[in-house]
Amino acid sequence: MKSSVDTNLATRPSESGRVVSLKTPDTVSSTKRIKRSFRQIRAENVFRRTLIIVALAMVALVLGIMLTLIFQSTLSIKSSGLGYLWGKTWDPVRDIFGAYPFILGTLLTSFLALAISIPFSFAVAVFLGEYYPQGWFPNLLKNTVELIAAVPSVIYGFWGLAVLVPIVRSFETKIGVEPVGLGIFTSAIILAIMVIPYAASLGRSMIHMVPSNLKEAAYSLGATRWEVIRSVIFPYTKSGLFAGVLLSLGRALGETMAVTMVIGNTSLIPKSIFAPGNTMASVIANEFTEADHPVYLSALIELGLVLFLVTVVINMVGKRLVGKFTNE
Amino acid sequence: MISMKNNVKYRIGKSTGFQALTILLACSCVVPLIFILIYILQAGLTKINWHFLTNLPKPVGESGGGIANALLGSIIIILVASVIAIPFGILCGIYLSENRKSRLAYWSRLCVDILQGVPSIVIGIVAYFWLVKPLGGFSAISGSVALAIMMLPIIIRSTEETLKLLPDSLREAGFALGLPFHRVVLKVIVPCGISGILSGVMLSVARIAGETAPLLFTAFGNPYMSFNLLKPMQSLPLLIFNYATSPYNDWHDLAWGASCILLIWVLALNIFTKLMTRKWKVQL
Amino acid sequence: MKTLKSLALAAFAVAISGSMMITGCNGSGTAPKADSSANDNAMIGAGSTFDNPLFSKMFSEYNKLNGLKVNYQSIGSGGGIQQLTSKTVDFGASDAPLNGKQDSALSAPVIHIPVTAGAVVISYNLPDVKDTLMLTPDVLAKIYLGEIKKWNDAKIQAINKGVKLPATDIVVAHRSDGSGTTNIFTTYLTKVSKDWESKVGKGSSVNWPVGLGGKGNEGVAGSVKQTPGGIGYVELAYAVQNNMAFAKMQNKAGKFITPSIASVTAAANIDIPADAKVSLTNTDAAEGYPISGFSWVLIYKEQKYNDRTADKATKMLKLIQWMVHDGQQFSGPLNYAPLSDKAVSVADAQLKTVTYDGKPVLQ
Repeated sequence: MKSSVDTNLATRPSESGRVVSLKTPDTVSSTKRIKRSFRQIRAENVFRRTLIIVALAMVALVLGIMLTLIFQSTLSIKSSGLGYLWGKTWDPVRDIFGAYPFILGTLLTSFLALAISIPFSFAVAVFLGEYYPQGWFPNLLKNTVELIAAVPSVIYGFWGLAVLVPIVRSFETKIGVEPVGLGIFTSAIILAIMVIPYAASLGRSMIHMVPSNLKEAAYSLGATRWEVIRSVIFPYTKSGLFAGVLLSLGRALGETMAVTMVIGNTSLIPKSIFAPGNTMASVIANEFTEADHPVYLSALIELGLVLFLVTVVINMVGKRLVGKFTNE
Repeated sequence: MISMKNNVKYRIGKSTGFQALTILLACSCVVPLIFILIYILQAGLTKINWHFLTNLPKPVGESGGGIANALLGSIIIILVASVIAIPFGILCGIYLSENRKSRLAYWSRLCVDILQGVPSIVIGIVAYFWLVKPLGGFSAISGSVALAIMMLPIIIRSTEETLKLLPDSLREAGFALGLPFHRVVLKVIVPCGISGILSGVMLSVARIAGETAPLLFTAFGNPYMSFNLLKPMQSLPLLIFNYATSPYNDWHDLAWGASCILLIWVLALNIFTKLMTRKWKVQL
Repeated sequence: MKTLKSLALAAFAVAISGSMMITGCNGSGTAPKADSSANDNAMIGAGSTFDNPLFSKMFSEYNKLNGLKVNYQSIGSGGGIQQLTSKTVDFGASDAPLNGKQDSALSAPVIHIPVTAGAVVISYNLPDVKDTLMLTPDVLAKIYLGEIKKWNDAKIQAINKGVKLPATDIVVAHRSDGSGTTNIFTTYLTKVSKDWESKVGKGSSVNWPVGLGGKGNEGVAGSVKQTPGGIGYVELAYAVQNNMAFAKMQNKAGKFITPSIASVTAAANIDIPADAKVSLTNTDAAEGYPISGFSWVLIYKEQKYNDRTADKATKMLKLIQWMVHDGQQFSGPLNYAPLSDKAVSVADAQLKTVTYDGKPVLQ
């Protein structure tokens, strides 16, 4: 790092030096030049190495997080074994720790959220990417949609509790389920709102990248706008759209505060999508401060580890799929 | 002939219908955001005044009091987090954009994706075991490190994506002039993509400004003013979290005011970034 | 272009300073330990959320008197115990006494000093019922076990004669986060109901048979307030501040007691063992409210650990002494119950046992 700064300084006087070198014998300037190029090469090597070290450090960081989680959860892994994953009871008083209700809750909320948000985020992507790529209104819409991702999740939680829960409750009364308001359905709605921008912005930029000659060819054959979108744009951008969905999924899986505030927080296995439940992240947030004995704490950290591993798997799968789509 | 005409009508109708649906769905995305903004502003805006911004919080039973320590603490913690995360993130982003196909790039890109998915509370736990325990106490710096880890994925991604979009001809022109690799990157590529990188940085700051969970076991909070990085420090999200769950209306008012400030701060950062990118005409 | 260039340079400068900082931090990992003992005018405590409002008032007043800056963070009772165990704080605060598992995790003995007492009230949402509801321990346990499902159940009606109870479902709410409040509540139910003891048990967070979890008092109160037919347990201070309806509970002596500061202090006026680890739930006191409990400050009995100074130990004990005596005047206005005389004398005796390097700190 330091030597690269040196070369910056070293090159500056050399420009005036070059003027001088016209008058002096060739040998002097050439040794100077060789010295300079050595320095350049060294700086270049240092720079390349720094980049590699940083990239390695990135890997080390994530590995370090994983190892810390594994190390801190050994106690629970030893006491509960693999049964932890499908154990149906979570009872800190009797030291029975089963993560199944939370894993189920996490999957239910996240996929439900995706199902709700996909039509909206794709609509935004198509709207901005194809129908109205320019103008003040699409610009405003684009920026506003991106602002959705900026609102802190605590604030989503507050709002959900104050505004959304009563709405859901009256809806539940109408369709005849127990009118609780809090629950998996409500948190899925909140999550759906929160993850819209991720799939939308990636989808938009993908749709932007569709070559116009492809679209024009389709139009010239008499295709309507919808047909162009369906038969040209969607097939061309499907890997990008899918990557956006995965991005949304990853965000939904790990979301903590907003979900914690509206999911109802019970360790029972949810009976329907309107029932209260718990996600892995929300259990950690709820109980971490009160985990008063080592096994309990360790069981919570193991939950963090499971969540971590799930994100690893999703990302691996996502990469494979995206790679496949782009190769086709 | 008639059937074909109908068919065309049907197709056009379908197309128009889809367009209408798209517009409807796209515009309805904004509705919740507007509701949230109105709700928080209504609850919080009346609480904010000069006194609120410059005083320390008061205990229960005494009205008034402010959030000066939390504001200042948030700023310090975020600044330190940025100092740690920005160079690391940009360098990593440069590596990823310059070495697209290498094995290390594959793994480190994967790690970035994973890191983005790790829940903030888990990062808080990890930072606790890495810094708080070895240092023997809570400290602002450990909070900064936790937040820095959360900033990384956003900075790296935006740097990588921005630099990838730059035409290869730029790079090649640099090399053709005989410039060494580091000078091409630092003097040609990074300056060309600087606005994209900077907006990534600002987005990451906006993202962590509202994080509570990683600070709970690291920065810890402090009812007094503190400038010592090795001591506990207060921050806005912590203050909101603590006061919003208390039974007293005075403290609720503080929490609403603080939420409002946090929201304005985060949105302002975002909007500023947007304006900046538009001024510099970058595509993100 | 010039601005871009300078920005790039600035970014680069930041990069260098940043990487220096990282190495600098790694290098000076051991430095702050020596630093922390030098600054003795600050005290760090962590624990019970229940104590937080009272402590904030007490510590602010104490700061005016002595200039000592006490930083108390309400991370939860279990968290307070955890942090005390790993010695990252000077004192912990908890609504539940240490249990066997927690004791065994500690490296040195810890003493309990009672500082205040609080009550858990049963709040309900029945818009059409104007009279104050009365509940017996048995009915309460059955509601929380999910055995009584309707408000007009014969068992509830039998206690509340003449009250017209609606046929709505009972929607049970409980704390989702582990909390001292939950601990007091479940300890009570464990004492009064055999079924509860065998099926659920006591603890800061338990495996609830029915009901909705809400985060914090707010969460439970929200569920109760917004759901007709809701029932939940919250802290007295919270219920009073928010004008919530709460039930009279039947105590051990058979009386129906309205939760109030007076009835909690009455509940605490019992014989307290020397180690102060006593549960006030299901109190023997005739006028005492049955679901109440102490909150304790937890400190190490031997104050010479890590690199603490004798000065710091003295300052902390003086602080706690002040809280037990003069500090009690602040409890009433905040809906906390002041310590009973018996509790104060036990607290004083406990404080005298604290030593620094083997010698008592307070004479």
